[in-house]
Amino acid sequence: MWRDAALVAGKDLRIELRSRVAINQVAPFAVIVLVLFGFALEPDRGFLTTAAPGLFWIAVVFCALLAVQRSFAVEASDSAKDSLRMSGLDPAGIFLGKAGAVGLELVALEVLLVAGIVVLYGTTLQGGTLLLAAAVAATVGLAACGTLYGALSAGLRVRETLLPLLILPVVAPVLLGATRAWEVALGQSADNGWQWVILLTVFAVIYVTVGVLAFGTLLEEA
Amino acid sequence: MSAGTGNRTTRVVGLAALASSALVVVLGLWVTPPDVTQGDLVRLIYVHPAVSTWAFAAFGITALASLLYLAPRTRSQRWDMIAGASAEIGVVFCALSLATGSIWGRPAWGVWWTWDARLTLTALLCALFLGYLALRRTGGAIEARSKRSAVAGVMFALVVPVDHYATQWWRTLHQANTLLRTDPLIHGEQLWTMLASFLSFGLIFAWMLIHRFRLEQLEVRLESEGLAMALEARRAEGAPQPPDAVAAGVSVEARP
Repeated sequence: MWRDAALVAGKDLRIELRSRVAINQVAPFAVIVLVLFGFALEPDRGFLTTAAPGLFWIAVVFCALLAVQRSFAVEASDSAKDSLRMSGLDPAGIFLGKAGAVGLELVALEVLLVAGIVVLYGTTLQGGTLLLAAAVAATVGLAACGTLYGALSAGLRVRETLLPLLILPVVAPVLLGATRAWEVALGQSADNGWQWVILLTVFAVIYVTVGVLAFGTLLEEA
Repeated sequence: MSAGTGNRTTRVVGLAALASSALVVVLGLWVTPPDVTQGDLVRLIYVHPAVSTWAFAAFGITALASLLYLAPRTRSQRWDMIAGASAEIGVVFCALSLATGSIWGRPAWGVWWTWDARLTLTALLCALFLGYLALRRTGGAIEARSKRSAVAGVMFALVVPVDHYATQWWRTLHQANTLLRTDPLIHGEQLWTMLASFLSFGLIFAWMLIHRFRLEQLEVRLESEGLAMALEARRAEGAPQPPDAVAAGVSVEARP
């Protein structure tokens, strides 16, 4: 399973590196979202700094949508999905591989976005461990959940519109948990940040488990 | 199978639903007294809790039917139809629950909406099952569609228990459970009226579920037999009109 996962993840990441869609389109999109928030809200720095964790995670969720859409678009052409299905790879491995690739792309985007909020919103980074733990748990959850729903809507004619409708309500807990944890880490709230990390971890574990169990069924039919 | 969606069961259930609703209206509007602090506002508890509970139950039925569909031993298209029918009614009940709650919240809390765990989760649940219904309407092979929706149905319904316990796990503005405890917080005719409302909305739910399920069966039948029926109709167009149909002014051809 793990070997298959590494193979699939390697394949997806290689496609991303060579096609440069992530670098040329998704990354600029992420930055544009940050800039637009700046336009829409008071460009007065104080407000943007307070709202930075929420805006950051909304941008990440939007990017996750694009990454997931992209991850299944590459399987749609040249009936690549059929060959993936016939390849004899473990479906659980395929799920973990695709989710892993999406997760790694998200990590790269998050690094970029963190640089973005520091530069554009004047955020000062602090609370390292909590910040990192929340980011890792949230990213795993987003990647697993996104991959699962990506598979669910893959191959449908209406997938572009259906995917956001399915994913956005589902990832609401991630948005909430990650934002609250980051607010604590950045010193804007005196809450206990670690309980939000627990929520994020539970979410990630649930979706990784469901994905490992259900991906075979989805791949078989879609 | 008949061409309609009604049968003896739906007629009996429908009549029972009508009778019990009438009973709740009489009990709720005239027999029960206004509340000491809330006045006439309290009468919404004969609608809102029942509607919300049946919305949860509907999503639970969707999850259960989806699981039964996913298990190879019990796989049958019927479970898929039940899951879809139940989710559809669940969304209606869930929307009603949000609406009635909002109507109550405005005078009682002073706001139409507040970001409380129970309210937010219920809205989320409604959005999730709207997505589920959209997923069901995507077309394609029936088997594939059923499997996809079954997986989604089970996952979405995971929110239901969280929503149910939300009032205990978080400090919410929404009050905690009134009935499901060893010492129910309301008594006498108010309690009876509330229980009657649960029964009445349950009957309405069952009535709608059976009709919706049978409608789904008809849809599937149309899908499988539709082509044959269309061919038949085409052939009938070519055939000469029966004289009585012409005399009655009924014709398949459009007249200028």
